[in-house]
Amino acid sequence: MYEAPQIDNIEDYLRQHETKDMLRFITCGSVDDGKSTLIGRLLHDSKVIFEDQLAAITKDSTRHGTTGEAVDLALLVDGLQSEREQGITIDVAYRFFATDHRKYIIADTPGHEQYTRNMATGASTAQVAILLIDARYGMQIQTRRHSFICALLGIRHFVIAINKMDLVGYSQERFDEIRQQYAEFVAGLNVPDVHYVPMSALVGENVVHQGTQMPWYQGQPLLTLLDTLPIQRGEVLGKMRLPVQYVNRPNLDFRGYCGTLAAGEVRPGLAVKALPSGKTSTIKSVVTWEGEQPLAFAGQAITLTLNDEIDISRGDMLVAADDTVTLGHAFMAHVVWMHEQPLVIGKTYDFKLGTTFTSGQITEIKHQIDVNTLEKHEAGELPLNGIALCRIQLTRAVAFDPYQVCRATGSLILIDRLSNVTVGAGMVISEADDVKGRKSLPPVTAELRARRLSQQAARLTVSGEGAAAFAEYLEAALFAAGAYPVLLGEGSEDTANALLGAGLLVIDVAGTDGPRQLAARSEQGEITLAPLAQDDDSAAEAVLTALREQHLIG
Amino acid sequence: MVLPEHRMTHLQQLEAESIHIIREVAAEFDNPVMMYSIGKDSSVMLHLARKAFAPGKPPFPLLHVDTTWKFREMISFRDKMAKEAGMELLVHTNPDGVAANINPFDHGSAKYTDVMKTQALKQALNQYGFDAAFGGARRDEEKSRAKERVYSFRDRFHGWDPKNQRPELWNLYNGRINKGESIRVFPLSNWTELDIWQYIYLQGIEIVPLYYAAERPVVERDGMLVMVDDDRLPLADGEQPQKLHVRFRTLGCYPLTGAVESRAQTLPEIIQEMLVARTSERSGRAIDHDEAGSMEKKKREGYF
Repeated sequence: MYEAPQIDNIEDYLRQHETKDMLRFITCGSVDDGKSTLIGRLLHDSKVIFEDQLAAITKDSTRHGTTGEAVDLALLVDGLQSEREQGITIDVAYRFFATDHRKYIIADTPGHEQYTRNMATGASTAQVAILLIDARYGMQIQTRRHSFICALLGIRHFVIAINKMDLVGYSQERFDEIRQQYAEFVAGLNVPDVHYVPMSALVGENVVHQGTQMPWYQGQPLLTLLDTLPIQRGEVLGKMRLPVQYVNRPNLDFRGYCGTLAAGEVRPGLAVKALPSGKTSTIKSVVTWEGEQPLAFAGQAITLTLNDEIDISRGDMLVAADDTVTLGHAFMAHVVWMHEQPLVIGKTYDFKLGTTFTSGQITEIKHQIDVNTLEKHEAGELPLNGIALCRIQLTRAVAFDPYQVCRATGSLILIDRLSNVTVGAGMVISEADDVKGRKSLPPVTAELRARRLSQQAARLTVSGEGAAAFAEYLEAALFAAGAYPVLLGEGSEDTANALLGAGLLVIDVAGTDGPRQLAARSEQGEITLAPLAQDDDSAAEAVLTALREQHLIG
Repeated sequence: MVLPEHRMTHLQQLEAESIHIIREVAAEFDNPVMMYSIGKDSSVMLHLARKAFAPGKPPFPLLHVDTTWKFREMISFRDKMAKEAGMELLVHTNPDGVAANINPFDHGSAKYTDVMKTQALKQALNQYGFDAAFGGARRDEEKSRAKERVYSFRDRFHGWDPKNQRPELWNLYNGRINKGESIRVFPLSNWTELDIWQYIYLQGIEIVPLYYAAERPVVERDGMLVMVDDDRLPLADGEQPQKLHVRFRTLGCYPLTGAVESRAQTLPEIIQEMLVARTSERSGRAIDHDEAGSMEKKKREGYF
C-alpha cells in the first residue's frame, strides 16, 4: 500500500522556501584540483541527487570512473558524451541546488588556459567565485589566472577552497602558508571580500558538514559560508538605468517601455530623460501584470509609461532627468577574445551593449595582459583567450557606465558580421576621446573597405537574352542580402574600375544575344559559377550562394 | 550612493530573468513562436509570456506538435489555455507519420519519437519559417541540457552542435542568424523542478488535471504504469486495466508516460511528494532510457 511520506508541515516549508534568496557562483580549478568532486559532493550532500541518477553514475563509474569501486561523484558533473570520453569538461555547465536559505546556481567551467573564454562566460553572471587550490601544490599559475579573470568580470566575493587537506595530514601549517601566499597576491586585485576554507571534497570535510579532522579551523564549512555570506544586491551605481528593450503598443491608448531595470529605482512622478536624444518627461506609471506599482528597483523586469509622447525606441536608455550620464562614440574597455580568428584592429564588428545593437571597431590595442603573469605587453592583434585593454569606436553614440559600477550598462559583446558568432566580450573602463585629427585615421585601403562592407569587390557581367532585366534583378537580390551592388549601364571602363576600387560589386551587361551567361571576376581572378538556371529566381539564388561560399559576400 | 537593499526572492529573480529573455526575442526576431507542450513547464512559460507583455498579449503564436497520442485531457486543456491567453494556436502533426501509421507499439519509442516529434517539429518550423522558437526545457532536467545556452543556435537543418555553441555572457544574447537558421530559446533554463512547482503554487497557475491524483485505469508494463486513455492501447491476452489512484509527474504521449501511485490532490501535496521522491522527473519517460546520452543524440538531430 502506498503511503505518502511526511514533512512536518508542507505549508510552512513552502513559506520558508518562497522567501529564499538566490546566489550564483563559479567554481574555478582543474580536474586535478577535485572541482567536479566538490560540486558532486555539494549536490550529493545537499540531497539533490536522485536515486536513478546515482544508479546511473554508479554504472558509469565502472566504465569511465577514476575512483575504482567508489562512486565517482565527478561523473555527475561531467556532462556531454564526447567530453566524458576525453575525461575533461570543455564548456560551461550550470548546476542547481538549494538549502533552506538560498537557491544556488553553479557555473561549472574548465580550468585550462585555453578555456579562458568559458571562465569569463561563467563569471559574467556570478556573484561569488570559489577557487580551488590543491593543498599539496599550493598556488599555481592557474590560480592567478582564475583570480584575475574573476576579478576582471567584477566578482567581489572570493572563497579560496584549499582542497585535498587529507593528503597533507590536515596540516594547519600548510593551510596558513597557502593562505598567506594567496593574501599577498590577491591584494593586487580589486576584490573586497576573500575567505579561506580548508577542506577535503573527497572525504567531505568542511564542504557541507563541519569536519572532525581539523579542529584548529574555527571558520564555517563552505556551504554554511555561502549560506550566510552577505551579498551586495544591485549595482554599486545607485542611479536609475533602464535600457529600453521593447516598446509595447497593444492599442492606441497604451505605449509602454519595457526593460529590466539595470540600476537604481523608479517611481511614478520621477522626471526622466531618454538617451541619446536627451528628451525629457515624467513617469506616469510603473506597470506590471499585477497592476501599477508605487516603486520598482534594480533587477525587476518592468514596463514604464510616460506623461509625454516622446520618441523612444529599443536601444535607448531612460535615466533620471538631472543625472549626468556618459554618452559617447568611444570608450576604453577590457576585451576577452573568444574566437579562433584573432581580433583585428580596424575590422568592423557588430556590438551589443545592453539593448543597443550597432557596428564599430577596435581602433587600438593599448596592451594585452598575460593572464598568467598579469604582465602587460604590446599586441597587434588579440588571439583566442587573449585579454587586452582596447579602444572601441562605435558608429552611434551610446550611454554607458564603467563596468565595475554597473555590469548591465558597462558590458558588451562583439559579433562577427559574416559568421554571426559571438567573438568577444568587453567591459567598459572609461570614456575615450573621440577620434581627432588626421594622424589618428589610417589610410583607406582595399582591405579596410572590404572589412567595412563585409564583401570583396567583384565584377559580375551578364550577357545574353534578357540580360538587362536579370542584371537589375541580381542587383536587387544582392542588395536585399545585405551586399552593396551597383548596376552599371554598358560602357565606361573607368567608372567600373573606380567602383571596384571602392569595394563594390559591379554588375554590368555585355550584349543581349545568345544564351544567358554570367562571368564574374574579383581581384583574385575568375570566379567559377555553375551555368545559369533558366528561371530568374533560382539563377539569382545560385549566384548568391556561390558568392557566399567563396566569401565574397556575407 | 548605494541604495537601501531591495530584496528579490529567488522566484522573483527567475521570473524577471525569464521575462527579459522573452521580451528580447520579441524585439529581435521577425517571426518567433512559442512551443507549447501543455505540460507544467509550458504552463509556466506561457504565464511568463503573458506577464511580459501585459496589458497586451504576447506578440507571437503558440505551436503544439501533436503526435496524436497525447492524453485527451491535454488537448482540451491546450485549447482552453490558448483561448484564455487570446493567442493564436498552431497545431502540427507529421502527415507522413500518420499515413504510415507510426505508433509507439509497432515502431518502438525511439523511431516513433523521431518521426512524430523531431521530424514533425522540423516540418512545422520550416512550414511557417519561424526564426526563433521558445521551449520550456530546464537545465536541471538532464545532463546535456546543463550545457545548453539560453539562445541555442540551430543550423538550417535544425541541428545542434554542442561543441560549437556561442559564448553567452551576462544577459547579452546573440540572436544573429542567416536565412534558414534559427534559435531555440529556453527562458526557463535556470529553473528547477521545485521552482516550477512553487511558482505554480504561488501564482495560482492552472495545470492539466492529470498532475493531480485520481482513480485512473492503468496497466503495468516493464515496471511502468501506463494509463489506458483510449481504446487504441493494445492489451495483451488476459491483461486487465486496473483502477489505481495515480498521477503524472511529467506529461507526454500517454503510452510512453509512466504514472506514479499517489493520493496527492493539492499542489502542496504534490510538492511534498516531489521533495521526498526517490527518482528524477524524466525517469518517467521511456525516451531517455534507450541509451546513455540519448538526449544529447536527439538534440543534435533537432529534438527540442
